Amino acid sequence: MKRVYVYKGFERFWHWTQASLIIFLAFTGFEVHGTFHVLGFEHAARFHRVASWMLISLIIFAIFWHVVTGEWRQYIPTTKKLLAQIRFYSIGMFKGEKHPTKKTEVKKLNPLQRLVYLGFKLVLVPVTVISGIIYMFHKTIDRNDIVMVSDFSLETVAFWHTLGAFLLMVFLVVHVYMTTTGHTPTSNIQAMITGYEDLEDDAEESEQQEVS
Amino acid sequence: MKKTITVIILLSIAVLVLINILNTEEEYYNLKLEELKQEYAIKPVSSINHSLLPELQREFSTPQEVTETCISCHTERHKEVMNSAHWNWERVSYVEGRGVAAAGKKNVLNNFCLGAQSNELSCAKCHIGYGMTNDHYDFNNARNVDCMVCHDNSDLYLKGSASAGYPDRTVNLTLVAQSVGTPEKINCGSCHFYSGGGNNVKHGDLEVALLACDRDVDVHMAANGMDMSCVACHTGENHQLKGRLYSVSSTNTNRATCEQCHTATPHFDDILNRHNAKVSCQACHIPEYAKVNPTKMSWYWSDAGKLRDGEPYEEFSSDSTQEYMSIKGTFTWAKNVKPDYMWFNGTADHYLLGDTIKSVPVQMNTLFGSHNDRDSKIIPVKIHRGDQIYDKKYNTLIQPKLFAESKGDSAYWKDFDWETAVAAGMERVGLPYSGEYGFVKTEMYWPVNHMVAPKEKAVSCAECHTRSDEGRLASLAGFYLPGRDYNKPLDFFGSFLFFGALIAVFIHAAFRVIISLRRKEYDANVIDYENNKPE
Ligand code: HEM
Repeated sequence: MKRVYVYKGFERFWHWTQASLIIFLAFTGFEVHGTFHVLGFEHAARFHRVASWMLISLIIFAIFWHVVTGEWRQYIPTTKKLLAQIRFYSIGMFKGEKHPTKKTEVKKLNPLQRLVYLGFKLVLVPVTVISGIIYMFHKTIDRNDIVMVSDFSLETVAFWHTLGAFLLMVFLVVHVYMTTTGHTPTSNIQAMITGYEDLEDDAEESEQQEVS
Repeated sequence: MKKTITVIILLSIAVLVLINILNTEEEYYNLKLEELKQEYAIKPVSSINHSLLPELQREFSTPQEVTETCISCHTERHKEVMNSAHWNWERVSYVEGRGVAAAGKKNVLNNFCLGAQSNELSCAKCHIGYGMTNDHYDFNNARNVDCMVCHDNSDLYLKGSASAGYPDRTVNLTLVAQSVGTPEKINCGSCHFYSGGGNNVKHGDLEVALLACDRDVDVHMAANGMDMSCVACHTGENHQLKGRLYSVSSTNTNRATCEQCHTATPHFDDILNRHNAKVSCQACHIPEYAKVNPTKMSWYWSDAGKLRDGEPYEEFSSDSTQEYMSIKGTFTWAKNVKPDYMWFNGTADHYLLGDTIKSVPVQMNTLFGSHNDRDSKIIPVKIHRGDQIYDKKYNTLIQPKLFAESKGDSAYWKDFDWETAVAAGMERVGLPYSGEYGFVKTEMYWPVNHMVAPKEKAVSCAECHTRSDEGRLASLAGFYLPGRDYNKPLDFFGSFLFFGALIAVFIHAAFRVIISLRRKEYDANVIDYENNKPE
């Protein structure tokens, strides 16, 4: 075992801020949706809008960070060992088998994570955020102080936004649970907080690195 | 682990704090509104004192003499007046589905006292002229223009009942003529508060209480507020009063609007401003009408005509509203009424005398509008329901003769005989009557524009954005309203996935726990075994 600095400062900041923003957006969004009543519609709607701007800014920074640091490569999908990974979560881990893939500094994500996170970044979040932005700009005030109503159907936009919201919540549940499947139930979460994680370093590592 | 939780909690709190800081809900000083208040706090002062004019130091034996004297100085004003609907009782305009048509009190019906035709002697009390006794009125005779009913500032002027628009005999015309000025609330109110035969009967938002009310009733007219007069908003440039009353009007022109003072974007909050594209100001700012005195909500003519000992009678309910009148039928009244809501683009059609009934309940006036129409907004309305007499065979509404001064003149209010009243009324309006009458359900729509509440009392977001059936817009269909509408299959599917995932995760976790417990036992044995080995 070797203590490795896996998650950089910005990455951790981004991860936790995004997490709390998405949870908060879900909370306020589903109140707007009428699923429950806690803050009251008015506050929920206002807070939702403010938080959404914060999320949008954060995402812009995150995209920049991914590009500049080259970290986006972490998410290039691979099918190699994908099935093995699925098998591990459904059968292997109950038998006490080892993780089929090794986590390293330059390869933090297993094939299943790559695929799911890529979907999260390229489908789930864009669908929700873009539909949210369109939702927000359904009515605008032009320079003559006239309120303009766009032609698109709000119902359709709301459909995609709500669908995205539901899927994000499903992601949240599974994602949070999966973090407990590290070496110890909390080792992954601690890594995302401190940045450091104890990773195995054995001979296989070099072979693993060539995969991507 | 503890550290983990603290950090996450701290980050989340930081996010929440930031959201709160960025969320600007608190009040600012509203400069726009203060400027308006300043402007309207200054009440107009007349530049002339009519009581000093030599022309008015005399006796007037007829009101026409007063009019002539007015015209002798204001040489062109009567022409403006004679161009107005207040005088002509009709306007020619284009109406969707009907074409160019003249509509007004001359040919529309309502579901209160039904119509003015054949009842002019009484109805002309609210005509700004003298001597309208029948349908042969000379609308070109300037001498008959009643200047005083609008311009009397002495509170002494009074139109006589059943006097064809003439003032009551007790009125001192000299005094009135000497105290004319800008119309005050009571000038407009003497007709508009009492339409339908009593205070607040028709409108629900225009009534005598507005003469001296507090801000909770009406922020504009409140005695302890801006104390604005009617003509402050309903300006009367060249005697063309701004404003449309859609019980008689048809076009989206020359309306008195909130925006004319408050602009289309009066809120600091743009979420609220954007509502203005589809929601009228009134919809949120008039949470209820008839705040002081009740207004009539329904009127069933079919019950009219019951007599006690051959005499007509009236019945009152516990809150002293009329429940029954032999001459009119059964009524219901209500106070503090939540309005109904409709789409409205400012154009309307009316049931005109002679129209065939197309649908029941008959719409006495049809307010046009829909969500997809860019001119339409959601407005609050009072819906007045009832039934009234119609020709069963020709399928037309009937104009009966209701009023006469004495029995035996075929008036229903004296003789209680529908047959003769209908025959006389229909003959007067020149429409055929088959001889078979019945009663048909009718509805009439009254846009609610007054009794604007203080902003703290405006309708709150959740009163419309709610799934509840009690929501104010619960029954206004045809558009997507966040918080009210949602896609049911999607909600089902989404909840299924969410809770499915939760359950799956729990099952997975349970397996892991069980298995790891077993393995621990096993490990423990092994370790024990190993530990014991050296011994
Ligand atoms: C940048 C991202 C987002 C933007 C711009 C955005 C914007 C909006 C807007 C404008 C509304 C309509 C309410 C209103 O007008 O205030 C809305 C509703 C909603 N939002 Fe978001 N949102 C975003 C992210 C999210 C996220 C991450 C979630 C959940 C995980 C979410 C869940 C919802 C839900 C459930 C509704 C109710 C939809 C309906 O019933 O019509 N939103 N959002």
